Amino acid sequence: MRLSAILSLVVMLVACDAARGPVTLHPADRPPERLSDWGIVFADGKTFELNADVVPYDLNTPLFSDYALKMRTVWMPPGMSASYMAEGVLDFPVGTIISKTFHYEKSGHQKNGSLTVVKADRESALNEDAELDLSDYVLIETRLLVHYEDGWTALPYVWNETQTDASLEIAGDDRQLGLVAGTDTLDIVYVVPDKNQCGGCHVTDHGAKDLQPIGPKAWQLNRDYSWWGNDATQLENWSGRGLLRGFDGDAPAGVRWSPPGQATLEQRVRAYLDVNCAHCHNPAGAADTSALHLNLDAPVDRLYGICKTPVAVGRGSGDRPFDIYPGRPQDSILVYRMQHSDPAIAMPELGRSAVHTEGVTAVSDWIAALNGDCR
Amino acid sequence: MHASMVTYTARRQSGSASLRASNIIFTMILVLLFAACSKEPPAPSDDAALAFQKELQTQLIAARPGDVITIPAGVHPINRALSLNISGVTIRGEGMDRSILSFKGQVQGAEGLLVNASDFTIEDLAIEDTAGDGLKINGGRNIVIRRVRIEWTNGPDENNGAYGIYPVQAVNVLLEECVAIGASDAGIYVGQSRNVVVRNNRAERNVAGIEIENTFNADVYGNVTNENTGGILVFNMPDLPQPGHSTRVYQNTVVGNNTDNFGAEGTPVASVPAGSGIVINSNDRVEIFDNDIRDNDTANIIISSYYATGWEGMRDMGEEYDPYPETIYIYGNRMSGGGASPDGLDLKALKVAMFGLNGRLPDVLWDGYYNAEKVDGGGNLLPEYAICVDNGAAQVLNADLPNDSAGIVVGAEQHNCSHEKLPAVVLEAPLG
Repeated sequence: MRLSAILSLVVMLVACDAARGPVTLHPADRPPERLSDWGIVFADGKTFELNADVVPYDLNTPLFSDYALKMRTVWMPPGMSASYMAEGVLDFPVGTIISKTFHYEKSGHQKNGSLTVVKADRESALNEDAELDLSDYVLIETRLLVHYEDGWTALPYVWNETQTDASLEIAGDDRQLGLVAGTDTLDIVYVVPDKNQCGGCHVTDHGAKDLQPIGPKAWQLNRDYSWWGNDATQLENWSGRGLLRGFDGDAPAGVRWSPPGQATLEQRVRAYLDVNCAHCHNPAGAADTSALHLNLDAPVDRLYGICKTPVAVGRGSGDRPFDIYPGRPQDSILVYRMQHSDPAIAMPELGRSAVHTEGVTAVSDWIAALNGDCR
Repeated sequence: MHASMVTYTARRQSGSASLRASNIIFTMILVLLFAACSKEPPAPSDDAALAFQKELQTQLIAARPGDVITIPAGVHPINRALSLNISGVTIRGEGMDRSILSFKGQVQGAEGLLVNASDFTIEDLAIEDTAGDGLKINGGRNIVIRRVRIEWTNGPDENNGAYGIYPVQAVNVLLEECVAIGASDAGIYVGQSRNVVVRNNRAERNVAGIEIENTFNADVYGNVTNENTGGILVFNMPDLPQPGHSTRVYQNTVVGNNTDNFGAEGTPVASVPAGSGIVINSNDRVEIFDNDIRDNDTANIIISSYYATGWEGMRDMGEEYDPYPETIYIYGNRMSGGGASPDGLDLKALKVAMFGLNGRLPDVLWDGYYNAEKVDGGGNLLPEYAICVDNGAAQVLNADLPNDSAGIVVGAEQHNCSHEKLPAVVLEAPLG
């Protein structure tokens, strides 16, 4: 091997390590093209890991995104902390960076060279080294929410084939995936949202138009997280690490989606509809045009869909009369829209190319158990 | 070329300037570093369509107020929804038959183009074959939609998208010289909006040609709405934040709207019978005048309440909702040929029984529902709420649905009255 080649190899190794610097908050108008420049998460083709200064967390009831596993992290500038809110999203300081890395467990199956992955309704989990082994997992995209002085910005990064970095794709991207469950493979087009579409969910107040995080609310964070190695809840841990102030130990109860059995069916369904629908279907949301409000604190009445006729549903009605027809999931528009992936029918409108079977089952079971009639 | 491209170019230039400031060795290390750690991004796709789509969406994302984003001539395949969130932007093509965004095979998004912004103008282009709605404007003020064609090129089909041009909760809206064809709901649908002018458009072979819903202060004139299921609809739906009123429908051509209803059950338009010219449902203060309305086989004009939409008795409407059409004024229209072959067995039987096999229903059909709390001693609607028809020889058929059609009345004398005419809609600056 020639000397120059050896030299470049050395430079390469040094450079790769050197690239794993501290978390860097880049100016709002100059987002780096490469995810690694933020220093939040890293991958080298073999393992995916987090910067030691970021904190991973999980939610009790996550948004469904085509069975992707999601690794969430939060970082705040040194010495800063979020302010506890019993209702709504925690009040994060300027400089906060939230990340969500969408990944799948690889499937043993190969099909025409396209990527096949495991279809499983479960949470992401780091191994004992706080890593993901990329011989088992494939990284698809990492989305950042960055809190600047004048508000939050969303940035979608798409991972490369070699799983060494992700590049900024503000116009989004898509990818063919085979979701494998047993002997069945469901082929989907996994769609990475464009920057505007990030706002399709994260602008929860359509009048105010400002982007917000959605997940990190007290009830969503009020749970354990195995990475801590102890029994404390995430809120307690954040508080203990100085990342959360104003938390007196008394938080609203969490409602856990998966595994089932830790909450009642109604609690799970109400949490599920809140997380998957209420970013638009709330009284100030983009879907207030429909007058269907599915937020957790909305009463279960006509405007929650009970015997409510649709407004501008188009083909989404599926020839069904009411959003929720008590006792009759098969006649409920809500279920129809969950059962379909056609963009003209599917709800939510973004981020769902596959049907969430477990979600359909839970919502159907809940509607089937509802009493009353629409006459 | 466009603002966004300029921005990117500038960014790259500043990057290379900083490189020049560094020494050569450092530059070399950087080059090696890129080679070793990134091996990406992948080579740009040679798929020109995908490149166009990405560039267009990038322009929409990076747009600044005052930008004009141009769509060159040609058919541009797009496979996912486009969106604009920045106010003050114009999107301009080279003509509705030249600059075509084709969404055939769209994999994602409930509309072709979604706009969440104010001071928006779109003109001289076409949006074809979207999976869901064509062009949706959600919220915002000062919206101009001009010479835009929204079309499902396969013609009427229940699998077409629902709405062609769809401003909702918008204020100060001008929609002119557009074309909407093949929508499985409404070609042009103005929902929950205020201060709206819809003029000189053409809407054909949709379920509803033009629908004004829960909107107040709307002028609909100079349009051609032929061959839909229903030509022009003025509706009010329950539960919504804003009840509609004050719509003028005039100088339109509304001919032969006899296409079978291909809307999905459960949608409001699914209740519109094929052969409907102009339909008022549950809306108040509506004026219909100086239109050419012909050959709509159920009726040239239908006035109905929410109770007649087919879900009677199944509804728990909000208490604040007014399901009755009130203060309706119809005059000076040129009507002929309608009502000869009404849609639905009840109406067919009624026509044959009352007007004979070769007869036709009168020009104006009223379901007969009215608010019993707003009547005078004689049981007639108080004058300010009356349905007034002052239209030459045109007759009104009161179907008396509240009494299972026991007291059907045909004539015009019961509706011989007038209302104060509505003022013209004045678009506010900068549109006015």
